[in-house]
Amino acid sequence: MDNKNAAVKMRNISKSFGTVKANDKIWLDIYRGEILALLGENGSGKTTLMNMLSGIYFPDEGEIFIDDKEVVIRSPKDALSLGIGMIHQHFKLVDVLTATENIILGLEGKGRLDLKAASQKIREICQTYGFDVDPDQHIYEMSVSQKQTVEIVKVLYRGADILILDEPTAVLTPQETDKLFAVLRNMRDAGKAIVIITHKMHEVEELSDRVAVLRHGQFIGDMPTKDTNAQEMTNMMVGHPVELNIERPEPKDPKPRIEIKDLTVRSIDDVIKLDNVSFTANSGEILGIAGISGCGQKELLEAIAGLQPVESGSVSYINDDGSREELLGKDPLSIAELGVVLSFVPEDRLGMGLVANMDLGDNMMLRSFRRGRGIFTDRKSPRKLAKNVVDELDVVTPGISTPVRKLSGGNVQKVLVGREIASAPTVLLTAYAVRGLDINSSYTIYDLINRQKEKGVAVIYVGEDLDVLLELCDRILVLCGGKVSGIVPGRGAKKREVGMMMTKLGGDGADER
Amino acid sequence: MNGKNKEPLLHIIKRGSIPWYRAWGIRIAAIVVALIVCAVITMTVTGEDPIQVYLTMIDSSFGSERKMWVLAQNTAMLLGVSLAVTPAFRMKFWNIGGEGQVLVGCLAAAACMICLADALPNGLLIAVSALASIIAGAVWAGIPAFFKAKWNTNETLFTLMMNYVATQLVAFFVIIWEVPKGSGKIGIINQSTELGWLPEVFGGKYMLNVIIILVMTVGLYVYLNYSKHGYELSVVGESERTARYVGIKVEKVIIRTMLLSGAICGVVGFLLVSGTNHTLSTTLSDGRGFTAVMVSWLSKFNPFIMVLTSFMLAFLDKGSSAISTSFGLNHSFSDILTGVILFFIIGCEFFITYKLSFRKAAGKEVKESV
Repeated sequence: MDNKNAAVKMRNISKSFGTVKANDKIWLDIYRGEILALLGENGSGKTTLMNMLSGIYFPDEGEIFIDDKEVVIRSPKDALSLGIGMIHQHFKLVDVLTATENIILGLEGKGRLDLKAASQKIREICQTYGFDVDPDQHIYEMSVSQKQTVEIVKVLYRGADILILDEPTAVLTPQETDKLFAVLRNMRDAGKAIVIITHKMHEVEELSDRVAVLRHGQFIGDMPTKDTNAQEMTNMMVGHPVELNIERPEPKDPKPRIEIKDLTVRSIDDVIKLDNVSFTANSGEILGIAGISGCGQKELLEAIAGLQPVESGSVSYINDDGSREELLGKDPLSIAELGVVLSFVPEDRLGMGLVANMDLGDNMMLRSFRRGRGIFTDRKSPRKLAKNVVDELDVVTPGISTPVRKLSGGNVQKVLVGREIASAPTVLLTAYAVRGLDINSSYTIYDLINRQKEKGVAVIYVGEDLDVLLELCDRILVLCGGKVSGIVPGRGAKKREVGMMMTKLGGDGADER
Repeated sequence: MNGKNKEPLLHIIKRGSIPWYRAWGIRIAAIVVALIVCAVITMTVTGEDPIQVYLTMIDSSFGSERKMWVLAQNTAMLLGVSLAVTPAFRMKFWNIGGEGQVLVGCLAAAACMICLADALPNGLLIAVSALASIIAGAVWAGIPAFFKAKWNTNETLFTLMMNYVATQLVAFFVIIWEVPKGSGKIGIINQSTELGWLPEVFGGKYMLNVIIILVMTVGLYVYLNYSKHGYELSVVGESERTARYVGIKVEKVIIRTMLLSGAICGVVGFLLVSGTNHTLSTTLSDGRGFTAVMVSWLSKFNPFIMVLTSFMLAFLDKGSSAISTSFGLNHSFSDILTGVILFFIIGCEFFITYKLSFRKAAGKEVKESV
């Protein structure tokens, strides 16, 4: 490795936003024929650093060398002409256009637009690296992983040989992730330089050749992946030793709390989202929901919370004394009026769970504003609650009068979860509670959920990371295309088996029988 | 290093926060710069002495007690309409139908004064006219709100169109009630009896108008910032999904807020007819429904800042028409001056939110190489 020349050398790169130093004199080398994993907690400056490489930000100071020549990258266009392409977390594609049209969009060509030649070239790229995408397909017909493929092909088409992927696996199933990794390895073997930003340790170990760690905007170190392990990398990221096991206490005295029978939900455009779903969630237990994205998890939680119109079925809440309340057909307010304390941590934190432009105190008020005297809101107790949440969950914020949109992802989630558990719920619904969160924040959230479980709350945990689901949940319900593919006990379940159930009703075993 | 152009010439950087005195410093500087630019324009285009022009502007508003009352009245009316559209704006409901809502308020008040003057004692007549104006304004705003809540129609187009309907409705009734016949005007209603006219209090002709509007200003501030309704409408404006998630009934909030918006417009309509002009015409609202949109935005939907903003706009309006008459200038010229001043005042908000940082390396390097 030492005899290789670095494709990219970043030297002394600094970047500040206001008073926050996002990057502080960072040195980073990126080599061809190598996959580099860039690690760091939320807000450690990984994305900022890569954005400077891809021309979105301009560094305050420092130099960038491409193949030992100093370069100035002022715009994404500059970056692409140097062969640097970035695949962002949020796709930037036009839905009504085909893959080819999206890929050549914005490119200046000579003379007539030759779509055929373009799609031919795209096919060649796909063949070289093993992508699975039809150039003539429209984006709106594509799955998330296909869209991601289009994004990758787009930068390759433009001649990129230094690729940066920002959390590419956050939205993929295990199978899709495997496919992506195979492609990335092909590209590495073809001599491309690849940088991947991720929070998932096992992916780092599986895929990368080298890791580089950032902490609080500073470069901590880099090393070959084979010489390190998840524990060491995590400690470097966090700055102190961290316990990496998720605890799973035995459920205490589980009793049926929510019983769902034959639930069927149809979307506005008449697509079946949930098909005859039945299950029971017990108190003092974490029920995990696994499934590829968009196979009914969102509708299921929202149906329980009273936010989703339902075609048929029933959702019963069972009180401690065994009496039942029907929750279907009620909105969140009337469910609360029944005396059912149901907390919901939705997937869309800033668009649904919180109001991005309001401060912490006002966001706490969302659940309690009706309790004020007369026509006035009670402003004191929400502010007190905000202070408590900030103190107890170590929320990093300038104060409780800061709009939540200014907080980092992990802190936003702590605010939301903190508010939801403050009402002492008996049912806690969480959707992708740790998406985009770094290890430290994720473990805080697991911990909070476990505390709720110990208090006898029935927790329904929709997750995407199978490893976590298998470690955290007492039982796992697997959804596949809106149907229940099976319910497996969390202890002893195999990742592969659950993965199969996600893509095929009943999994492999059902077919063999 | 061979002195190549490394960095872009300037960056736009978002400020984290800015102390209030610096923000206001920037605003005052903007007004000073605007006045200088206006002075230069005045000198080069018309040859008039800019100091004289400014003095005329000030004199037109503060020259006598009567002029000051007119300024106060204009400010109050503009402020009233601005207050009215603000709750809707906080809810991100773009109510640009203030004009029409004021006009139907005027129409209702005039109708009561004309048709009920003989039937009711004066005190009751005033109360009934006020109530009728409020209801008329609320209905006019409630119609688009209902359609928005039920079928998600576009409120901007809907409220805009309602303005034209209101104008035509007023034009229609002006013909019915015209005095004398064929004049196309109503003239002063109940001129001899002064029935249905708001009384003068504390010796000021428009004192009652001003007091009512100021009370509404305080009331609206409290409503928006401290009441449950105010909180609900802010949540709906920021995110309807969040509102549904916590059990706020979005449709109800939309309709309720627009009824309030229209009701305040109705009050302004009532004050314009009963408290000020004692007549009815299609131009009574005088574009305030649209100017109010600007006032509300400029004040960032804060009722107290709106007092300042509407004062400023009323002053500029008065001053610019004064200079066009006393210097014999085209009226467009005074509009240009108003435009320049507004440009600077609105534009300076950019410098409050963002900071420009120029390339510093180039200059330094030259010095070092010398």
